[in-house]
Amino acid sequence: MVENVKELLKLHEGITHEVYLDNENSSIVPQEVVDAMLPYWNKKAYANPALTHKPGWEAFETIMGCFGKISRYLGAKNLEEITFTPGETEANNLAIQAGCFAQKGKGKKIVISEIEPINVLQVAELMGKFGFTTQKIPVNSEGFINLEKLKEAVDKDTVLVSMAAVNNEVGTIQPIKEAVDIAKTQNPSVLFHTDASDAYGRIPLNVKQLGVDMATVSSFKIQGPRGMGALYVKEGVNIERILEGPIGTQKLWPGVENTPLIVGFTKASELAFTNFDANVAKMRTLRDKLVDGIFAELTDLRFNGPKGDKRSPDNANISILRAEGEALTIELSLKGVYVSSGSACSRRLLQPSHVLIAIGRIFEEAHGSILMKVTRTHTEDDINYVLSVLPSAVNRIRGIVGSTGVH
Amino acid sequence: MSRIPLPYNPKVMDLFRNPKNLGKMEDATVVAVAGNPACGDMITFYLKINDSTQVIERAQFESYGCAANIATSSIVTEMVNGLTLEDAWKNITWQKVTEEIGGLPSVKFHCGVLAVGALKRAIRLYFEQKKIPVPAWLPADHTFEEKQALEEEELAKTLSKRMKPEAEKKQ
Repeated sequence: MVENVKELLKLHEGITHEVYLDNENSSIVPQEVVDAMLPYWNKKAYANPALTHKPGWEAFETIMGCFGKISRYLGAKNLEEITFTPGETEANNLAIQAGCFAQKGKGKKIVISEIEPINVLQVAELMGKFGFTTQKIPVNSEGFINLEKLKEAVDKDTVLVSMAAVNNEVGTIQPIKEAVDIAKTQNPSVLFHTDASDAYGRIPLNVKQLGVDMATVSSFKIQGPRGMGALYVKEGVNIERILEGPIGTQKLWPGVENTPLIVGFTKASELAFTNFDANVAKMRTLRDKLVDGIFAELTDLRFNGPKGDKRSPDNANISILRAEGEALTIELSLKGVYVSSGSACSRRLLQPSHVLIAIGRIFEEAHGSILMKVTRTHTEDDINYVLSVLPSAVNRIRGIVGSTGVH
Repeated sequence: MSRIPLPYNPKVMDLFRNPKNLGKMEDATVVAVAGNPACGDMITFYLKINDSTQVIERAQFESYGCAANIATSSIVTEMVNGLTLEDAWKNITWQKVTEEIGGLPSVKFHCGVLAVGALKRAIRLYFEQKKIPVPAWLPADHTFEEKQALEEEELAKTLSKRMKPEAEKKQ
């Protein structure tokens, strides 16, 4: 199998331009973020921050500075409200598992939307083993949660609501403030968690103003290093850790803090939030150029999710009819353009995107979808390059399809 | 969304990039379809058959699907070329196709199954359409590959039925 991969990689030799648009699944870490992390491996603060020696105290000081910065970017009240975790998946597990367990005796119901990230859906499913049930709120054709249905769903038995602030696949900016108000009116003891990984650094986000109890953010989703994320837990919300081990600077996550990655995540956040408006405007311009360019060149497309201000500025999700997504991702890869697809074939789950199905797309539209996310570090040249190769890639795949499936 | 870096081998990649015998055959003796776009793979198989010798003189395909689907369809068209219908029926199985293509990731075995399902369906159709007596080597019962193709199509029907009211509501 590894031999095959070597051959696959050889097929990519001679590519002149590479454009990485699969920022949903990982990202390129900018050099200045790498540079910021470097000293922390072996020059300073390389020790366990809970220990009593110089490199330990250096690590403690460094991490405290990072807690402070991340808490400010999130609009938290204080740095005690932030817990660094090894990523979005871990933060969502902590929020949902610990949130449910903290509500012991108050009820057994979890309310989420149909289009939550897979790790939220799967943790909610896991909670079934502990006697919790999950109700999923439907969304409309743009991916907006049905607030009426949310109101009906949150009852006396409900312990936790989890809804992403921005949908990771179709970019829908959810009315989280309204959802929190509705949920808390229905049942004041409900804990409200939001996975804000796709909102952080893209839309104005303030956990205090939103009124959420917990919020997840992810490092690689803002071009920080993989293996890092954070959970905001509002002061006064008493959840307990779900993993056991020696505790250092954070009581909700045991083990030795990973100082270089925390520094990298913080640096990536700093770069996203310094000149926030300009960064967002740039992403929006590049994204719109990409989408408009594709629609100008090809027919039989569907734009998935809302448009304009209702959509995250980085996200483009397009269903390409009469083309299958996995074939497209490979064809584009051979030209140096890296995207992901909602096709069953390109997903580990062998099911087409649950988000696209939930917004009313038929299976064929989901199989032919491609997801692209631009970043503040992309250039107009990058988008021009994508537009120069994507139409011919689509046309070649459509050529193989021919009249198959067309009736 | 998550993806597996499917480690396709060079033969699969070569046929994905340069499929053989691709395209609609205008003078096909028989045309068979297997799969459904709702399931993410569908193949159209075209055979040109010599009526007196029952030899497959040409095979062509079109396919909607992943790289493995395209490559297995392509290799089946090469494998059947010049075979009698009887030899094609007896010798082309999904295991042979998988072997011929140098192996597939296990989650992609169904691509070879569907390609062979389309071929077997085409052979069966030939005798039906020509209204000639069904030869002894052609069993009345469906083969594994044909059953799998049918199963996938049934699944597609269920999927579209279940989704239709929702999809219409959201248009």
